[in-house]
Amino acid sequence: MQYFTLDSLSILMMAVLAIVLLPVLIHSIIYFHDFKAPKGQKAIYYTALFVLTAALALGYMSNQIAMTWVLTEVTTLAAGMLIYHHREELALEAVWKYVFVCAISVTFIFIGILFWSLALYRCGSSDLSYANLMAYSDKMDPFWLKMGYIFIFCGYTAKMGLFPMFTAGIDAKDNAPGPAAAMLSSVLVNLGFVGIFRTYAVVAGSSSAQWGRILMIVTAVLTLFIATTYMVKICNYKRMLAYSSIEHSAIVILGLCFGKVGIIFAILHLLMHTLVKGGLFLHYNQLVKVYGTKMMDKMGGYLQLNPFGAIVLLLGLFSITAIPPSGMFMSELGIFNAMIESGCWWLVVIVALFLTVLIWAICKSIIQVIFLPLKPEVAAELKAPHLSPLRSVSQLILFGLAIYIGYACPDCITQLINDVASLIY
Amino acid sequence: MLFIITIFLMATANRLRNYVKLVMVQGFLLFALAIVQLNEITVSNLVWIAIETLLFKSIAVPVFLFRLINRNKITREAEPFLPHFASLAITVVIVAGMYVLISAVNDEGIGKLFFVTSMSAILFGLYFICSRRKLLSHLIGYMVIENGVFILTLAVGNHMPFLVNLGVLLDIFASVLLLGFFAGKIGDVFKSTDVDSLTTLKD
Repeated sequence: MQYFTLDSLSILMMAVLAIVLLPVLIHSIIYFHDFKAPKGQKAIYYTALFVLTAALALGYMSNQIAMTWVLTEVTTLAAGMLIYHHREELALEAVWKYVFVCAISVTFIFIGILFWSLALYRCGSSDLSYANLMAYSDKMDPFWLKMGYIFIFCGYTAKMGLFPMFTAGIDAKDNAPGPAAAMLSSVLVNLGFVGIFRTYAVVAGSSSAQWGRILMIVTAVLTLFIATTYMVKICNYKRMLAYSSIEHSAIVILGLCFGKVGIIFAILHLLMHTLVKGGLFLHYNQLVKVYGTKMMDKMGGYLQLNPFGAIVLLLGLFSITAIPPSGMFMSELGIFNAMIESGCWWLVVIVALFLTVLIWAICKSIIQVIFLPLKPEVAAELKAPHLSPLRSVSQLILFGLAIYIGYACPDCITQLINDVASLIY
Repeated sequence: MLFIITIFLMATANRLRNYVKLVMVQGFLLFALAIVQLNEITVSNLVWIAIETLLFKSIAVPVFLFRLINRNKITREAEPFLPHFASLAITVVIVAGMYVLISAVNDEGIGKLFFVTSMSAILFGLYFICSRRKLLSHLIGYMVIENGVFILTLAVGNHMPFLVNLGVLLDIFASVLLLGFFAGKIGDVFKSTDVDSLTTLKD
């Protein structure tokens, strides 16, 4: 195929997409069982879900910068339909914001592509495939290369959830149905990453590599700062997860900037984040089924109401905050190591400070949900149905997989991740 | 050059209808520009681009926006956050800044005028979105950005017609399908198209 190749990065991303998609489908069926919806809405939901999946899969495989761009645009459309599922004012507001910000970000990516094509044309080439861009990265005019990269990077931040354009994604994940939000904050983030990674590979091969790294480090630190400030006061379960996605994206981007080891652990981190975050969003509908709200200050005593679910949620909490036995502990440790080795210990201090606050904030809310007794006035009105433990099995499997990858990474995956890192180094 | 004048006018105009009219004028200008500029590409491609700029940018979208204004009975005042004079001053700064920047780069391959115009349009569009209260003026700001991008594609269009086509697709796709549709819906649901009513979602 002219526009698509199956390289190691796309194989990894497709694999996690496939792994996350299956429980998402199962939970979509459960979702429609619990919360009835008209047939037409259901049809639109499933269509949008599959369009999103197809666009994501093709986007991972695309070997051409313009093709990735087109597919990113398609994901916006599909995600918009998913967010608008509830057909109410809040959902409409979220869709409007999401679509508008994404439209602008997509325009930005296009401007970046134009600049790069201009620089490429000067070198006498017009082939916009990533391979060709990388081959010419040294010959392209550094000014246009940098200008282009700023626009492209800024554009993809909307999908990956980084500093300038993260806002749209937060509202979107808050309003989409649980299973759809699981897709938006796991595999869609990966598409943003693929876009950034492939373009960063071009910049990293040029004389502007150091500049690119500084740009990304600044963005990542700002993102972490924002995630931390919002997270401290949060009590909406979905928004908390959305901000935690932002935090992990920032860590992944930091990893990219610190040598081959950093890249390897960044990709490992991204894979595990996809699995864990998918699982946590899938757990959301069980919480809603029990409590009838997504506000965590009206929850409590989950251990009594749904014992198996509570244990799974606790495991999810450990996984997402990178407390051992979480696999993410290993990858974060690896990224920190890479930072210290390249002499940026001050950066480690800053990041660790932010992460401590973040971990405290997440733990405080979720532990309150699981262990603290319900407030009496809430308990009086609550008629929590009994939930089958089977509903939490899929999340247990996802968290388990993340731990397995973190501690006993199979050789084939290590090999693939090594291949990806050798694209840059 | 004329395009920059439309931007200045937009900074001072204060009725929504005037904005839409200016967008229309921009569409015609782009059409003329495309015909003049793209002399090296194939005829079929040129026809396609001409149709897009003429029919779509300068007729279909403005008509659509006019209908939207009528249907939702939007008040005619655009209610900017800033006074007109400040708007005008900022626009001047944007255009002048771009001119200085491009002169500093001193690049030969791309027409200076093209570049100054398109970058100012893009920046102005962003500023326009930030400074106006009506959702519809956000749409119009977005259209201005799109037009700026289109000029940029024209600058490189001769050797990469493929990219111009992509840009055209971006226009059609983003502006009508999504923004138009939802602007209509938002008008129906919220009964007012101010951004102030879109503040329920927060932490």
